[in-house]
Amino acid sequence: MSEASGERRLFILLACPAIVLTGFGAILPIVWIIRQSFFDKAGELTIANYGRLLTSDLTWSAFGTTLSLSVMTLAICTILGIPLSLALASVSRKTAGRLMILLLLPLWTSILVRTYGWVVLLRRDGLINSFFVATGLSDQPVPLVYNFTGALIGMVHYMLPLFVLPVYAAMRDIDGNIVRAAASLGASFWKCVRTVILPLSTGGVISGATVVFVYTLGFFITPAVLGGGKVNPISIRIERTLSTFQDWGEASALGLLLLILVMLIGAMLVSVRRLLRLGVRNA
Amino acid sequence: MLDAYRDSIGAKLLLWGVSSLVLAFLMLPTLIVVPLSFSASDLLEFPPRHWSLRWYESFFASPAWMAALSTSLRLAILTALIAVPVAFMAAIGMDRLGFRVKAGIYGFILSPAVTPGILLAIGLFMVLAKLGLVGTFSGVLVGHVVLAIPVCVVVLNPAIARFDWQQALAAQSLGAGWARIIVGIILPQVGTSLVAAGLMALLTSLDEAVISIFVANGANATLPKLMFISLRDEIDPTIAAISTLWITLVTVLVIFINTRLNDNHT
Repeated sequence: MSEASGERRLFILLACPAIVLTGFGAILPIVWIIRQSFFDKAGELTIANYGRLLTSDLTWSAFGTTLSLSVMTLAICTILGIPLSLALASVSRKTAGRLMILLLLPLWTSILVRTYGWVVLLRRDGLINSFFVATGLSDQPVPLVYNFTGALIGMVHYMLPLFVLPVYAAMRDIDGNIVRAAASLGASFWKCVRTVILPLSTGGVISGATVVFVYTLGFFITPAVLGGGKVNPISIRIERTLSTFQDWGEASALGLLLLILVMLIGAMLVSVRRLLRLGVRNA
Repeated sequence: MLDAYRDSIGAKLLLWGVSSLVLAFLMLPTLIVVPLSFSASDLLEFPPRHWSLRWYESFFASPAWMAALSTSLRLAILTALIAVPVAFMAAIGMDRLGFRVKAGIYGFILSPAVTPGILLAIGLFMVLAKLGLVGTFSGVLVGHVVLAIPVCVVVLNPAIARFDWQQALAAQSLGAGWARIIVGIILPQVGTSLVAAGLMALLTSLDEAVISIFVANGANATLPKLMFISLRDEIDPTIAAISTLWITLVTVLVIFINTRLNDNHT
């Protein structure tokens, strides 16, 4: 009995360094943000930061930009990611693994390298605009970067591999016999995809959507560079509030609003996922 | 999975057509950077008309870039050296604790991975400011370690879960203590995963930008921070040279992990 509790103490002790480091380096900073959000610049306790933020059009437009960037990133990831996941799931694990290298390389390439690549490609005299003008698709360069489009392209590029991984995993888990049964009962390829494969991959798609939202709601680097100062989601507003006004209270309050948004959407998607699982079990 | 639809050639062609375009889209921005880094021109013309190594020279000859490179490399190595053992111990501890305790600790340790980077950055800045550590090497290191631990735990957990605890019981009955069991029995069996976790920790730190942008100042500025600043101001082709070096490193690592480490598991 005492030996068992001694071992238990040892195992908790083993987890302690990780807990202490995370507590100091991540949890304490978040607690500090919450605390700081209730102080004004003079150091007085106040809720004025929230009052000012919630009545400011800038805040609401920042929320709008953040949400539209996230929703559109997810929409494009879904359109591009589902066919790719299906293609990868339809070949042998070994071939899929080799093809995955093409997916993992961009995932592991520094976000700044990728952002730089997009700036080079999308500029006025960049490769894509040269192509548009040379082929006559457009008679003048299209503004593709330093605006919303640029930020969106960069975010889709960042999120796509992270979206495909869970969707691919879900499709890989589908029992091949179900697909064979659908085929032998005369379902066409597209009908089988629509009525068998997609419904069975919903869990993976929701995991992917959760990842997309959790990351994109707080994205900073991509909109900061590819948005060229014209795209102002909450993350950029936080940085502006600090660099222009040195107002830590207001920046912290904005930060807390962002955290609440992330948690709300995260909780929503997790409960959708749970409902779906229940539905499958009861069906 | 789609073997029953061997005859739907048109549909499959369409599927693979779209997939190839998507993969091309994913590779495009990294591939474009490589030829540009060997251009002789100040302009980002494509394809370059003359070739040279001048952007590599300007990178390796610049004291600011070299200082940032050295900071980033030291940070990455220290991050891996701290995060891997810490995550290894946590993974063992969690595996032996009850489901509830395990889920609690797991969620706690993983929380930095799902917190927006900008929040960790400004929060850490305020905490470090209180301690007088803003702009210091150790301040940034804390931020990187906290981000690397969840990555390492996720890599190590499945390996620890596969460990057969009967072996530990056997060793115990022969008189081995827990230190001996962990170092002598568990450690050698999860070696591959430890290497993978170490590489992931290195990459996490090397790639981290947001915390560095806020917390690392002056001589402790990291490579991504300098790249961010110079990307915001002007388009310096030196970044193409740095990017090419980065892509080479990552390509080697990804192929190594994907072929060597994965094949060992199966």
